[in-house]
Amino acid sequence: MTTTLQREVAATPRGRVRSVTGGIGLIGVLAAALVVACVLSAATGQFPIPPGEVLGSVLHRLGLDLGPLPTHPQAENNLWNVRFPRVVMTAIVGAALATAGALMQGVFGNPLAEPGVVGVSSGAAVAAATVIVFSLDFAGSWTIAVCAFAGGLVTTLVVYVMARDDGRTEVVTLVLTGVAVNAITSAGLSFLLFLANTSAREEIVFWTLGSLNGSRWAEVQVVTPLVVVGVVAALVLARQLDLLALGDRAARHVGVDVERLRMICIVLVALLTAAGVAFCGVIAFVGLVVPHLVRLVAGPGHRVLVPASALGGAVLLVLADLWARTAIANADLPIGMLTSLVGGPFFFWLLRRARRTAGGWA
Amino acid sequence: MSAGLRARGVGVVIDGTPILDGVDLDVAAGEVVVLVGPNGAGKSTLLSVLTGDVAPTTGTVELDGRPVASYRARELARRRAVLLQQQRLAFGFRAREVVEMGRAPWHRSAEAERDLEVVAAAEERADVAHLATRLFPTLSGGEQARVSMARVLAQSTTLLLLDEPTAALDLQHQEAVLRVAREEAAAGAAVVVVLHDLSLAAAYADRVCVLAAGRLRASGTPREVVTPALLSEVYQHPVDVVEHAGHLVVVPVRPPRAPATAPAAAAPAVPVPSADPHQEQPCPAT
Ligand SMILES: Nc1ncnc2c1ncn2[C@@H]1O[C@H](COP(=O)(O)OP(=O)(O)O)[C@@H](O)[C@H]1O
Ligand SMILES: [Mg+2]
Repeated sequence: MTTTLQREVAATPRGRVRSVTGGIGLIGVLAAALVVACVLSAATGQFPIPPGEVLGSVLHRLGLDLGPLPTHPQAENNLWNVRFPRVVMTAIVGAALATAGALMQGVFGNPLAEPGVVGVSSGAAVAAATVIVFSLDFAGSWTIAVCAFAGGLVTTLVVYVMARDDGRTEVVTLVLTGVAVNAITSAGLSFLLFLANTSAREEIVFWTLGSLNGSRWAEVQVVTPLVVVGVVAALVLARQLDLLALGDRAARHVGVDVERLRMICIVLVALLTAAGVAFCGVIAFVGLVVPHLVRLVAGPGHRVLVPASALGGAVLLVLADLWARTAIANADLPIGMLTSLVGGPFFFWLLRRARRTAGGWA
Repeated sequence: MSAGLRARGVGVVIDGTPILDGVDLDVAAGEVVVLVGPNGAGKSTLLSVLTGDVAPTTGTVELDGRPVASYRARELARRRAVLLQQQRLAFGFRAREVVEMGRAPWHRSAEAERDLEVVAAAEERADVAHLATRLFPTLSGGEQARVSMARVLAQSTTLLLLDEPTAALDLQHQEAVLRVAREEAAAGAAVVVVLHDLSLAAAYADRVCVLAAGRLRASGTPREVVTPALLSEVYQHPVDVVEHAGHLVVVPVRPPRAPATAPAAAAPAVPVPSADPHQEQPCPAT
């Protein structure tokens, strides 16, 4: 005996209300776009190398005798020592930043949360700059990454504690917390600039601008495992992140260990942000723009959002880097400046929308 | 070892202010207990203690013979479902996806095979099947409440805690939600419902508990508790209870309305003085 009301409305058929193929399709398209963007980026530079030769070079290294080898005498050397490390680094950092954004938005239940906006990136950058100024070297090539992680973790925790009230994060509180945190970290950065010698000073300026120039395989080796761990863990947590949208209490009522999930996510956000910041400086807004666009296309479910954001972030940053290198002849524009140039207005637009819908995030 | 919910001597003090004091409550399987009381009486606080969200300052809460605090989140979610007074959703999930969230505790268990069927039944019972593809944030307050109710039903638990499930609902859906609560009890669940409508409480409750200023003022069958004397005292407003078609109906005593003075056709430019409800009725202190 069940109560039903008479109603002449056709019920939606059982099962999913969002097509699975849509999500998989998006991921497929982004993966293909990433390959194309990477090849295109590697083909472009001081002297162009045809994309076919770029592919051929990679395939030959993989042991497949397919495609043409580069004809330019310097091409092979240039590809493998300069261009590929940079392209791979760019893709990995893009994936890290976008995933960190998606995670942070899930944990805060707020689509405006982003490591750059709330000051986590600059917190990590201060720690990394400290390493440079004082020439710290306690963990070898990992020193900068370790310190950036510590700085990011502390800032994330601070933002979380400050911006959270009664199980939710108001937009205004979050943004103002970001303003305060950024004020403190930029003061810290200024102080470090003041302390530093000329060469260190130059290096620090690069954090604040964000740059992918001069990426080396050794750095890629440090960053890659961090990002792989972060993205895989985010994928594992995807279901629980969906439930967190109900708010802390209701999420607990459907079986989520909210405190534990939150702590894990905060560590992951710090890890991914540190991976991005450690060698490339502050590149803001990637984590804001990419997850937002993915949500528009595929909805807010994290099982699609996380992998699609990772891929989308990689594509976006590779293309942005390509643009940064080619927009002005013989100049390598700082990538962080470019992403902020585009992301800033986007953030404005989101803020206005957020105010209008007052919490009714669509 | 007993099935059901058992609260003993529950007291909650927040910032030095006692919110609840010495509340005893038993809810057995198969029973609908309705919690009523004035605004701020502590109903939602009591519910959050029963859910395990708030650790009581004094007293204990046991579910099926074990302290609520000793359960892991998921274990607890398989036994009790909660409808909060306010629903919120951070992102634009569709109604169906929200209902499916109720199945989360059963993920990767044998029960998960029944997901489709259970979700469909829950949507049917909360009358939200036709809303399945709508974005939750775009639904009206009442529709959101019903979708959340469907989520709670989809959880398939033997304890239901519902905080003002009827607050945003129209008359038809108010009755429907309480019928569903009764069905759940008939199927063996223990159900606690916070209500403001005392007639609704009298019509559907096995037991009515009256909370006032953080204390359990009365507890018993509707006929024992829903009385003019008790309600007038608790609500600080004179109340009548009449019987209609076998049901108790609670009516607040109201002063007669002043007769309309001017015929509509010759309406004067001067506004008609209307009765000020705040001035009109001095409450007799009972
Ligand atoms: N976290 C809190 N801090 C301070 N006061 C609280 C808190 N939660 C509830 N209260 C107070 O406790 C009283 C009971 O609240 P509540 O249980 O929500 O009442 P209701 O019976 O209307 O659901 C109210 O006076 C409320 O202001
Ligand atoms: Mg309440």
